[in-house]
Amino acid sequence: MTGEPKVVLETRGLTKSFGGLVAVNSANYRFVERQAHAIIGPNGAGKSTFVNLLTGHFPPTGGEILFKGQQITGFPAHKVSRLGVGRSYQKTNVFPVFSCFENCRLAAQAQLPSSMRFLRPAGRYKEVNEQADRALALCGLGSRRDRVAGTMSYGEQRQLEIGMVLATNPEVLVLDEPLAGMGKEESEKMVGLLKDLARHFTLILIEHDMDAVFSIAEVLTVMVNGTVLESGPVEIIRASKAVQDAYLGDGAEAY
Amino acid sequence: MSRLPRSLAVVLTLSVVLLALYPVFGQVVFPNKHAFLMQKLTGIMIMAVMAMSLDLLVGVAGLVSLGHAAFFGLGGYMLAMLSPEYAAANLWLVLPATLIAVAFAAAIVGYLSIRTSGIYFIMVTLAFGQMGFYFFNDSKFAGGSDGAYIMVKPAVEILGVSVLNLGDKRTLYYVGFGTLVGVYLLLRVLLASPFGRVVSAIGVNENRVRGLGFDPVVYKLVAFTIGGTIAGLAGFLAAIQYGFVNPATLSWHHSGEALVMVILGGMGTLFGPAIGAFVFELARMGFEAMTDHWLLPMGAMIIAIVLVLPKGIGGFLLQVFSARSKVEDGQ
Repeated sequence: MTGEPKVVLETRGLTKSFGGLVAVNSANYRFVERQAHAIIGPNGAGKSTFVNLLTGHFPPTGGEILFKGQQITGFPAHKVSRLGVGRSYQKTNVFPVFSCFENCRLAAQAQLPSSMRFLRPAGRYKEVNEQADRALALCGLGSRRDRVAGTMSYGEQRQLEIGMVLATNPEVLVLDEPLAGMGKEESEKMVGLLKDLARHFTLILIEHDMDAVFSIAEVLTVMVNGTVLESGPVEIIRASKAVQDAYLGDGAEAY
Repeated sequence: MSRLPRSLAVVLTLSVVLLALYPVFGQVVFPNKHAFLMQKLTGIMIMAVMAMSLDLLVGVAGLVSLGHAAFFGLGGYMLAMLSPEYAAANLWLVLPATLIAVAFAAAIVGYLSIRTSGIYFIMVTLAFGQMGFYFFNDSKFAGGSDGAYIMVKPAVEILGVSVLNLGDKRTLYYVGFGTLVGVYLLLRVLLASPFGRVVSAIGVNENRVRGLGFDPVVYKLVAFTIGGTIAGLAGFLAAIQYGFVNPATLSWHHSGEALVMVILGGMGTLFGPAIGAFVFELARMGFEAMTDHWLLPMGAMIIAIVLVLPKGIGGFLLQVFSARSKVEDGQ
């Protein structure tokens, strides 16, 4: 690597076991600032567990997590989010009864020092509103501002999901299968959005869609059975024999 | 909570005005029953306050509590215990003392129950409610199962001059009315605030709220404490009205009735549960006059409303009026 890349998020020997099953086994990762890092691997490889550990949704069984050098191991999800690690969910997880704007506004509101404010209407916090509108524009839903989220198409709800993460003003975006369940057209739109985001944020992408991964990510990590099989620049991993055997199939015929 | 459709706001305001004018025209419309009805309506308005406070928990925050009446009953018992036997208590002292005590109790119960959810939360709140019931039922100092009397209603004085005579039925009617309107407006302001938005979101998807950077436990606890305190205020007023408190006011039956009011009225709509209180109590009054087996038609009515209006009366009104306002806007 050239120069001194700044590591934003790092895991050291991160481990999570559920009873006898070791879902993530001493994973060492370094996520470099403004780099698009994709994690791929077959079902059950431990990708989602890894995301849940990284964002504080599960406490790890062992190892540590550092955010900009600071220990965040065992921090609860809401604290991790406030520090600047935003996360989108594999299953659509927007507030269906709220408008698009309100979804993002609420997310932006999390950046207030405290939301224990009882009298002034939430809609009158100017900075929060502006941040929400910026996030809506970034995720491509500026024209859907007042639509009730639950009435939008699936693809748009996935976009909103990302808009909400953006509204929390994150430094690191952890996206858990943002393309899951999308049609071809919706996927293309989302890939465009993700490429755009990759220029401004540190991106950690969990994804099954190989075409998308190869077009967005710079660094690729392959996880199998809870351990890192291989990690490195996309072109190298793509050519790796071990990876092809484990994940992409025995030949190169698919690509 | 979003703004009410304008036409619905107009209808609700008119109903409130009608309620405000009842003591004026009641004598003409119901010459034989006026005093009785005014008393009845006072009681209903107090129950409506309780129903709205429960809606903050059940309909907004998604905390289905079966122990809400414990705070209502505690509010009443606080007044009974703080009142001198043959003299008037000073309202400016007993009211804040009551609210502080109830808030404290609600915070403790909330702290111990809020980490559970769903059916477990229902069970834990039910257990705390029944603990409250048996505490007063089996304690000699509060009259045991017979309850306690408040012989003299609290005095409301400013600089030694009495400003409100709570013994006067009409005055008490307006105190109940003012509390109903005041609590409704207070809760509306609360729900529009950053705090209220977080609590509303918790009711929809708690886990997502956590993912955005809020700690749901703290917000639920504060909401629970506010809801409990308002129920205590309602219980305090009810004790003034009836001059009497008994353990039944804390019992789970009473919690259940409030819950039925919330469900009938429409969870999360705030004005709906207030309407639910009126429907519930007026129906009970009507059926009681008709038959000894009044619970039977009462049950049938509740089932019918829930079947026909799954979102409650409030949800139905919102649907009707928002459809209308769209037509008016030409959408």
